[in-house]
Amino acid sequence: MNLLYHGRKISGILSVLPSTISKFDDEAGNYSFPRDKTMRLKSVMGFNEHRVVPEGVCVSDLCVFGIERLIADGKLEKDSIDAILLITQSPDHFMPPTSNIIQGRLGLKRDMICLDINQGCAGFEIGLLQAFALLDQQEIRKVLVLNADVLSRKTSKQDRNSYPLIGDAASITIVERSGDDIPIHANVQMDGSQREALQIPAGGFRIPATPATAIMKDDGSGNIRSAENLVMNGQDVFSFVMTEVPPMIQSLAAYADTPLEKIDYFLFHQPNKFMIQKLAEKLEVPYEKMPGNIVENYGNSSGVTIPVNVTVNLGERAVLERLKVCFAGFGVGLTWSSILMDIGKMDFCYSVNFE
Amino acid sequence: MKNIAEILNSIRPEFDFNNSKDFIKEGMLDSFDLITLVAAIEEAFGIKIDGRDIVPENFNSLAAIEALASRSGRKK
Repeated sequence: MNLLYHGRKISGILSVLPSTISKFDDEAGNYSFPRDKTMRLKSVMGFNEHRVVPEGVCVSDLCVFGIERLIADGKLEKDSIDAILLITQSPDHFMPPTSNIIQGRLGLKRDMICLDINQGCAGFEIGLLQAFALLDQQEIRKVLVLNADVLSRKTSKQDRNSYPLIGDAASITIVERSGDDIPIHANVQMDGSQREALQIPAGGFRIPATPATAIMKDDGSGNIRSAENLVMNGQDVFSFVMTEVPPMIQSLAAYADTPLEKIDYFLFHQPNKFMIQKLAEKLEVPYEKMPGNIVENYGNSSGVTIPVNVTVNLGERAVLERLKVCFAGFGVGLTWSSILMDIGKMDFCYSVNFE
Repeated sequence: MKNIAEILNSIRPEFDFNNSKDFIKEGMLDSFDLITLVAAIEEAFGIKIDGRDIVPENFNSLAAIEALASRSGRKK
């Protein structure tokens, strides 16, 4: 589905990264595979280091920390927030919405909208599109798109498929109306028939958590996890990304009448380094225009990898310059989406460590 | 330069690839092995394998892998 917006802008992005760094070299012994076989994957997949929260830290902790930092840094006024959109798959509780928890903890005004959205790898785009739509309302001037996940807490440390790459993080993206009329083109696709490619099978209402669902088992390939852990069918996800993402980007560029070579950066979700390199090759985009360094240095933090990509790789450039960028996220759902827009002249664009 | 059989043996030395009818069905290569294999073949032959071709059926036999490498630009 193609979508078109006008008069919207990103006016700032802050990434919140846990201080705890987990290194793959230290974890390799946790996996039931020969060490040399595991280490061969290190450079290909980008198994290096990732940021994980300490036990007990939740999504609202990361978000409250980040918003308080923005207020303390003079980048955000508390009473100016008209909506919070939290995109997460690791809420603090089933109920109430974690966005309401964040509102309450910060003491924000009552005359606002708080909304949780259950999305993952494509969550940055989904959040932005919802923010663009909310800004149709004249009383809504400033929307905070919060992407946050702490999925390391739901990933088995003995699962080499997922744990070496999983990362925790949060981001705060401020979206407002802009004075210009530069179009923003977007595309969203979903395929729920492939919903089992990425899931946490137990712990919800369909399969409630019980002592049996907590039992750690070998999945037959040497990875050990319980039914309450995140599970990914790597082959299916890889095939899906390689089949669906390149044509989506080419179609978006055609829709926007913008050749790929006119795009300054392709800021994509980063499931692993190998996949990003294969996407760059397929689209014939230089690796330096499609950075793949987030997953190997911070981990795959689901919908947060793209804002982390922006703050780490563009940083101050997003404040000083204007750039044409293509965002693309793909994963759980399955969902894949992309946005082609101008960013820049932001009020801020930086990362902080969660202490 | 290693040939593909040698690369396979270096990745899974515990298996005899000459006596297998289907590397995938017999559990000799998992999805991470495919990625390791692709990276090794690309490096050995200076080619790039299209991501859409990284599917199990292109890796179930030595002949299939040889055909994939040739399609991807490996010179005979």
